[in-house]
Amino acid sequence: MTEYALILIGTVLVNNFVLVKFLGLCPFMGVSKKLETATGMGLATTFVMTLSSVITWVVNQYLLEPLGIGYLRTIAFILVIASVVQFTETVMHKTSPVLYQLLGIFLPLITTNCAVLGVALLNQQSQHTLVESALYGFGAAIGFSLVLTLFAAIRERVAVADVPEPFQGSAIALITAGLMSLAFMGFAGLVAN
Amino acid sequence: MLTAILAIAALAVLFGLMLGYSAIRFHVEGDPIADQIDSLLPQTQCGQCGHPGCRPYAEAVARGDDDINKCAPGGEATILAMADLLGREPVALDAEEKLPAVAFIDPERCIGCTLCLQNCPVDAIVGAAKQLHGILSKECTGCELCLPPCPVNCISMVPVTEEISGWRWPFPSTPLKETAKSQPERAAA
Repeated sequence: MTEYALILIGTVLVNNFVLVKFLGLCPFMGVSKKLETATGMGLATTFVMTLSSVITWVVNQYLLEPLGIGYLRTIAFILVIASVVQFTETVMHKTSPVLYQLLGIFLPLITTNCAVLGVALLNQQSQHTLVESALYGFGAAIGFSLVLTLFAAIRERVAVADVPEPFQGSAIALITAGLMSLAFMGFAGLVAN
Repeated sequence: MLTAILAIAALAVLFGLMLGYSAIRFHVEGDPIADQIDSLLPQTQCGQCGHPGCRPYAEAVARGDDDINKCAPGGEATILAMADLLGREPVALDAEEKLPAVAFIDPERCIGCTLCLQNCPVDAIVGAAKQLHGILSKECTGCELCLPPCPVNCISMVPVTEEISGWRWPFPSTPLKETAKSQPERAAA
């Protein structure tokens, strides 16, 4: 049980995918202008990341490993992620139009989120079990949503602040992200993972 | 090698089948009435009806939130078509009936600010910053959206005069569908 808790804390705070591993930086910069959209993106990513880390584990364990074609992992995982995203979109369109409207364009964008592929590949690299993979994916997604929401909130404040002209726009956003990354370094060593 | 190809192909086929099945199983019906109304509208996206485009207006009419007489570029023809489709009484156009007109930029006054370009819903204005802008009168729908943003008021609406070179046969007043429908009856008789 402790092990599972450690995986969660480890992925959310200590080895945060965005601020420590520097994965998934494009949505982190792209959809963090408004808090509302950032939350939507976080929700969608959480769903897809958890689901895809489970499915990629199954594909790896029962298809790629027995056939000895582990070198095709990346291409197979991309296939899985793209299908999961498309499937999620179709199902969501039917079952909950409200959530579909809320997430809108962000759902298909997750296909190209490198953090999703990163989670799937890291799962195999560190030889996780099925439950561990699911937790790892879920934790990574929670960490992603957490920093995305925090960053969006900061950027909303920065937008109305008196920023010197050369720093306006992306420049101040990158500096802010760097400072957040520094802050998250404070968690290093909390969990040995 | 062959195993690898087969495995990936099998995986792709599996996911393809799953997506194909889910597309049928979770098929979402659009609003067919709104679709049909939308196809009658001129698609100028001019916003003169008070909605942000033709599609939102079509949806509002389909919901019954708005009248069918708000589309100024469509004019009387669109109202009649919509009244026919929805089985409502045709009502007079809410906006002023205007002669078909296209925008014209006075070359002496245009300062090349590009403000009108950004407002044109059909990209009928060509130009660049600090260059004289011009209007593609074939593309212009006469929606007048470029008039308000112009800081020097250099755009005016010029009525389109019918000339021999631009004359076309008018659209048939009876829809073609009815002719097609009446034919089998004749064959039966």
